[in-house]
Amino acid sequence: MNSIALFAYCGAAMVGLGLFGLITKPQVLRKILAFNVLGTGVFLLFGVIARRGAAAGLPSDPVPQALVITGIVVAFSATTMAVVLLLRLYAETGEATLDSDDPPNAGTDGGR
Amino acid sequence: MTLALNIFTIVAVSAGSFFFMAGTIGLLRFPDTMTRLHALTKVDNLGLGLIVFGLLPQAEGLLAVLKLLCVWIFVQLSGAIVSQLVAQLARGDGQQR
Amino acid sequence: MTPPFILEIAFVILILAIAVGTLVARTAFTAVLLFMIYGLLIAIAWVRLSAVDVALTEAAIGGGLTGMLLLGAVARLRESEGSGEEPGLPTLLAAGTFCVLVSAALGTLVLSRPEVAPSLAPMVMDNLAQSALGNPVAAVLFVFRAFDTLLEKVVLLLALIGVWSLAPDRAWGGVPGLRLYAEPSSILVFLAQLLPPIGIMIGIYMFWTGASYPGGAFQGGTVLAAMWLLVMIARLQPVPAISLRRIRLLLVVGPVIFVAIGLLGFVVADAFLAYPANYAKPLIITAEATLTLSIGVTLGLLVAGPPDRMLQP
Repeated sequence: MNSIALFAYCGAAMVGLGLFGLITKPQVLRKILAFNVLGTGVFLLFGVIARRGAAAGLPSDPVPQALVITGIVVAFSATTMAVVLLLRLYAETGEATLDSDDPPNAGTDGGR
Repeated sequence: MTLALNIFTIVAVSAGSFFFMAGTIGLLRFPDTMTRLHALTKVDNLGLGLIVFGLLPQAEGLLAVLKLLCVWIFVQLSGAIVSQLVAQLARGDGQQR
Repeated sequence: MTPPFILEIAFVILILAIAVGTLVARTAFTAVLLFMIYGLLIAIAWVRLSAVDVALTEAAIGGGLTGMLLLGAVARLRESEGSGEEPGLPTLLAAGTFCVLVSAALGTLVLSRPEVAPSLAPMVMDNLAQSALGNPVAAVLFVFRAFDTLLEKVVLLLALIGVWSLAPDRAWGGVPGLRLYAEPSSILVFLAQLLPPIGIMIGIYMFWTGASYPGGAFQGGTVLAAMWLLVMIARLQPVPAISLRRIRLLLVVGPVIFVAIGLLGFVVADAFLAYPANYAKPLIITAEATLTLSIGVTLGLLVAGPPDRMLQP
């Protein structure tokens, strides 16, 4: 096993850990954290693919690197939207989890 | 000459890592916020300084040396300010965390 | 089993331990702290994979900005700690088995590919001279796949519009509810007066040097956003209302100039976002400069969040 394979197993393990956290944690904030761990694991797998594509004098294939940079920025946008949705849910209903069966209290906002 | 520089790098970086380990043990073992802050700031700044000092012979050119020193200065600045803020908060609440 | 490899094994074990800690931490605050550490360790992992541009982006956005966003959320959600029913043992076992299967499948798939992995690096290097840039990743981002970068910037703007649309009616178009420091603190003010000039210089340097060395518009823009957020949190500058024209102008100047340069490509070159041969470098630098500014403002406003009060007249 060389260093590239080591990071591939690390990335795969992170995907598994993130997926486990996403499925089993009831609080939404912990789900968002687990989702970010999952995303970072996927990006690390991309990095392993880039590293394996080292050719033409470059230590790492630049096209997957550009994809990962784009992916990190888009993942941050998604996390921001998720956090703002969570805070709005908490402000409206006082619940920060998704497993309530009762309908949420009527919004005190008077608006949409 | 390069051998002497490499030995210097290894010794300085190892000493820096030892100080980092001491600071981490202090963080884990000290009883309250103030003592932990003391351990972290004193020991980690010295540890980082030794590591940067040890890496200076390996840097290529004056610009890389200046960048390494800037890294050390910025970490010290932000570390000092953040520990002051944490200490203010800890003393204000009286909470032990 | 050379010593560097043993250190890498220890490093990977550390990363996985911190990831597990993030998931099983008892309080949300501890979990977010561990997540920030995890982000910085992943940045080191990226350097080990010889992807320095990605390491810069991960350290700035993944470790820094995401951590700051989540810390703000933890502060607001403090009363709801520990609520929610933990799943029972059968669910945990089923989820655990499923995740182990997914991990094993991914690990074998990524490594079982052909011995000489297919790579686009030769194609990039062949055309690098035409792109007038020295950094292959920057060339891919701004020349070969410039359309993707434009769409990425548009995604940032769409996320910002989404965040703004979650404001309550009474605060529509008002001032974002960024959590400022509780009272003016002389120490924080000292940092907020000392660091931003240096930080702005570093941000501009990171964007400028991204043409030939690792760096780029996104990394530099993130440093600019961090400096702006520091100044706002230390109460040195008021948080601007989102309906201000200059804020909206700064947000769109980057994508608009990028699109304009792209449409210019129709006129002087062959296609959308094709650069004319002699003017490639100035056009790319112009597009990147305005994009850095817009990214800084967008990321800062994304972290600041939706408006929650109107500006007092």
